[in-house]
Amino acid sequence: MEEVAIRVRGVSHQFGEAGEQRFVRALLDTSLDVSRGELLCLIGPSGCGKSTLLNVIGGLTQPSAGAVDVLGKPVRGPLPCDIAFVFQENALFPWNTVIENIELGMTFQNVPRSQRATRAQASLDAVGLTDFAAHYPAQLSGGMRQRAALARALSLETPILLMDEPFGALDEQTRMILGEDLSVLLARSGKTIVFVTHSLGEAVFLADRVAVFSARPGTIKEIIAVDEPHPRKPEFVTSEKFAALRNRLYGLLHDEIRKAVLQSGLAAGPVASGPL
Amino acid sequence: MTAPPKARDAWLSRLVQAAFLAGLALVWYLAATRWGVNRLLLPNPVAVAQDLFEILRSGEYIDDLETTLGELAAAFSIAVAGGLATGYLVSRSPYLTKVFEPLFAGLYAIPIILFLPLFVLFFGLGPASKIAIGAAISFFPITLNTIAGFGGVDRLYVTAARSMGASDYHLFRFVLVPAALPVILTGLRMGFTTALLAIIASETLASFAGLGHRIVSLAESMEIAPMFAYIVFVIAIAAILNAFVSTLEARGRRNR
Repeated sequence: MEEVAIRVRGVSHQFGEAGEQRFVRALLDTSLDVSRGELLCLIGPSGCGKSTLLNVIGGLTQPSAGAVDVLGKPVRGPLPCDIAFVFQENALFPWNTVIENIELGMTFQNVPRSQRATRAQASLDAVGLTDFAAHYPAQLSGGMRQRAALARALSLETPILLMDEPFGALDEQTRMILGEDLSVLLARSGKTIVFVTHSLGEAVFLADRVAVFSARPGTIKEIIAVDEPHPRKPEFVTSEKFAALRNRLYGLLHDEIRKAVLQSGLAAGPVASGPL
Repeated sequence: MTAPPKARDAWLSRLVQAAFLAGLALVWYLAATRWGVNRLLLPNPVAVAQDLFEILRSGEYIDDLETTLGELAAAFSIAVAGGLATGYLVSRSPYLTKVFEPLFAGLYAIPIILFLPLFVLFFGLGPASKIAIGAAISFFPITLNTIAGFGGVDRLYVTAARSMGASDYHLFRFVLVPAALPVILTGLRMGFTTALLAIIASETLASFAGLGHRIVSLAESMEIAPMFAYIVFVIAIAAILNAFVSTLEARGRRNR
């Protein structure tokens, strides 16, 4: 068994061609290894290419240069049996109920019909949405929608989970509760997870390691290890260790965020909203 | 127990609508009986109602209704098939959308009914020319809304489906069609209404049969009261069809 689940080698990515107005160098020569069962957080200023890296790992974006291996296989497109996504915005289909959404994911993944209902129910139970199976996404709160999206991803039973600011649109309290629940849930699952966030606290609370990105063109500036067993307790947030790590991240990020703000102020080009 | 506010509001609106129509009928009645408007221009509504009942009782309307509805069904079927297929194909390519969407929108804006003489020359005075012009006119709203519907699908849904391994068929059946459906249904309703208008209008201008033809021939023989009765009849048919199509549209839109 190989110990590295995701291997990123020299990945660069740009949108558009040099000289064009929409030309953006999103990622520059980024390399990274993620071990099996590890939770890695990507953190950095807006538009630094952390979501782009996630999409490259997941095979949704072909990088301009470099290569990604997942579980020893080169990534050339989506790998629905190995990788599941949870997106920031509501990526549930609004015309389907929660349970239909989950079962539809398994339909796409070609799970036999006989297993879909049981697996959907199990993943709904796991995220605490048992009673909301027949609700439509529009009838749920933002936090519940993200739980449902997580349930959909869990039901796919992939060894790898990629999460793109899954709690980015939620309020601080909901975000905290979901973070705690996620830590418990994922400690049991043994999944390899890459989690994009721009919340320092969320990164320290969830991650085994935090990769800090520089401003555009983004690359990994430093990787910080969070040596704390899972599942993390709520008390961890108030510990000195947590504060020290958070402060260190803040120090690393502060200059990069200043740079990024300056960039977006000078060149009002597409920042984070480039093509996927 | 009082009805919930929403239901009460709906009832109140219905009541106001009914009162408005009753008021209109009253003005009509007064104009015909008290204000001395020429009977040839405006017959007594009571006479019109009697004629309407006579028409309904004798069943003399059936042939014309069949002609008009048959034309409508044929024209709408052609427009739906052509509009959905064209719209979907155009929506698949940003280039085709950029070229054809403004073109169709421009053609939709011209009054195609002006080409009726041409349609009559090509297809004759019978139902074929009505079917052709009805289909031509209703093709545009259906096509434009199909392009807009498929073109407006949120990329995130497509990305999410692809990441879970959706095939092209899966994507079409479970993502693109349900996402585009509300906009397409609106296009279908608009196409249906315009087809009905175009067919009745062209029947009044050049035809042998149909409800529009009947109204004009009654007007030409100065049978004004039966003419009004037929107009009321056509309005009722149009209202029923419109309510039916709107209900279908609303059903397709629920749960959004």
